[in-house]
Amino acid sequence: MTAATLQQSARRRRSPQVGGYLTMILATVVLGAPLLWMALASLKAPDELYQLPLQWLPAQPDLDNYAQAAGAIPLGRLLANSIGLTIVGAGLKVALGLCCAYALVFLDFPFRKVVFGLVIATLMIPPQITIIPNYTLVASLGWLNTYQGILVPGLASAFGTFLFRQHFLTLPRSVLEAAELDGAGHWRKLWRFVVPMSTPTLAAVALVSVVTEWNDYLWPFLVVDDPSTMTLPVGLTLLQNTDGMTNWGVLLAATVVVTLPILLVFLVLQRRLVAGLTAGAVTG
Amino acid sequence: MTTIATPRAPEDPGAPPAGSAAPERTAPQRPRRSRLAAGRRRTALLWALLLAGPNIALLLVFVYRPLVESLYLSTLQWNLGSPTARFVGLGNYVEWFTAPTTGRVVTTTLVFTVATVGGAMVLGLGLALLLNRRLRGRGVARTVAFAPYVLGGFAVGILWLFMFDPRYGLIQEVLGWVGIASPEWYTNRPWPLVMVIVVYLWKNLGYVALIYLAGLQAVPQDLKDAAAIDGASAARTLRSVVLPLLTPTTFFLLVTMLLSSLQSFDTIKAMTQGGPLGSTTTLMYSIYVESFVNGRAGYASAVATVLFLVLLAVTAVQLRFVQQKVHYA
Repeated sequence: MTAATLQQSARRRRSPQVGGYLTMILATVVLGAPLLWMALASLKAPDELYQLPLQWLPAQPDLDNYAQAAGAIPLGRLLANSIGLTIVGAGLKVALGLCCAYALVFLDFPFRKVVFGLVIATLMIPPQITIIPNYTLVASLGWLNTYQGILVPGLASAFGTFLFRQHFLTLPRSVLEAAELDGAGHWRKLWRFVVPMSTPTLAAVALVSVVTEWNDYLWPFLVVDDPSTMTLPVGLTLLQNTDGMTNWGVLLAATVVVTLPILLVFLVLQRRLVAGLTAGAVTG
Repeated sequence: MTTIATPRAPEDPGAPPAGSAAPERTAPQRPRRSRLAAGRRRTALLWALLLAGPNIALLLVFVYRPLVESLYLSTLQWNLGSPTARFVGLGNYVEWFTAPTTGRVVTTTLVFTVATVGGAMVLGLGLALLLNRRLRGRGVARTVAFAPYVLGGFAVGILWLFMFDPRYGLIQEVLGWVGIASPEWYTNRPWPLVMVIVVYLWKNLGYVALIYLAGLQAVPQDLKDAAAIDGASAARTLRSVVLPLLTPTTFFLLVTMLLSSLQSFDTIKAMTQGGPLGSTTTLMYSIYVESFVNGRAGYASAVATVLFLVLLAVTAVQLRFVQQKVHYA
């Protein structure tokens, strides 16, 4: 091979790489810009937001918009509500899924297949069809504007149960049989043997539950209109309705408060969270 | 056959199969054993009730009960919170199929679904092919692309509403660079629908790309090498080797995206409230409007049933194809 052809093939290889890098940088900028733009806008003064040509960076970044948002809606209370409901909701959801899957895999009881079918079939039932009857039930229980009203109807775990079951089926039976011979009951087997062998699945299910609970909008929006039990995404609606689009800085500051916590969770626990959110693709 | 079978024939009638000799020998132990087994079965059942019971009870009360009740409600003329209801049979369904707005809602749903699902699949595959190359910093690109997927639809809607602001938004600025005047995104059709579609694409692109990336990484390198040795161009290899192998992934994504797109609500609620003049009202959004804005819960239940049947059909197609091992079909 002559030097010329070598050079030529190297150039041919390099130029797609350059194109690749350019496309990748462009894609990253385009996809990342909205989030950056929101964060910057939340730090700008109103006259900077409504100024042409556009100001890229806030001249004097301050938290004025955040203070105003907190004045218009009880932002601290909403944040506390969202954090509390997310932790309790995700925790219960994981526990329910874990226990249900344990029973489905390790316990022999009549109609086990039927029960599993019942759980799996719910994955095909869109929440929309359940909303009106659930709303009337929650209303008749006097649960409107309560934490349990937000929490309880969505607690049942189908996806989590399914993922846990898939994982439990791969666990070595011998370990559990040995534990049984040592006199371990089901409760002990579940917590001392099954749970420690399932941490990746546990983390994935927990993180997916955290994300869905935190972002849940339609249901809490329907059952809550009192700011004292409201969650952050619903509070955003409240702010949008009171302040309208006239005050973008304030609205975007509140949007940062809604999105930042979940973005941080994502950045810190990225690998586990992505594994959970994409689990459906692997399990079919 | 018969000659071999005849000698055994006399022994056959009533005789237990060979394996059953063993239990007979242990017959004296049987009562104790079965009592033990019965006890074990009882404790297993007890534990099953304790462990699976709460989840199953919640599913029955908050998923199956409302499913059945919703079907019943769809036969009533009933307003949310009203003490009286009138049985109308299939009247609500007839009304939906003949209502003047239904055609528009169905068209909007179709446009939104095809654009979001198709767009997310094509762009997502492109992004996955890009990030599958050995580029430095692709981890960062992947993180940035996936981040929108974890955000709530309502917050995403709000932040994009600002992006689209026809006077002070970032989009009018970028369009200005290439000499295009910003359309009136909020008010002039079809722009509100385009706007919602763009946002939905942005939110879901990273997810599609990531699933495709996993699929691409499972494509054996030697197949691609073999195609290259045969003189196939990169485009040809993609079309004839990689894409066919990705069929199961494509199919999974198609169904997942279809289901999620047909059920999307939050972003539309934040950005357009289904307007202007109903131009962004999808089937899902119309259920919300009918039940909680107009209060027509019976009619809304009928519309919900229609959506449910559509979703069920999509899922049924999926189950059928999954059993057929799509990539060899």
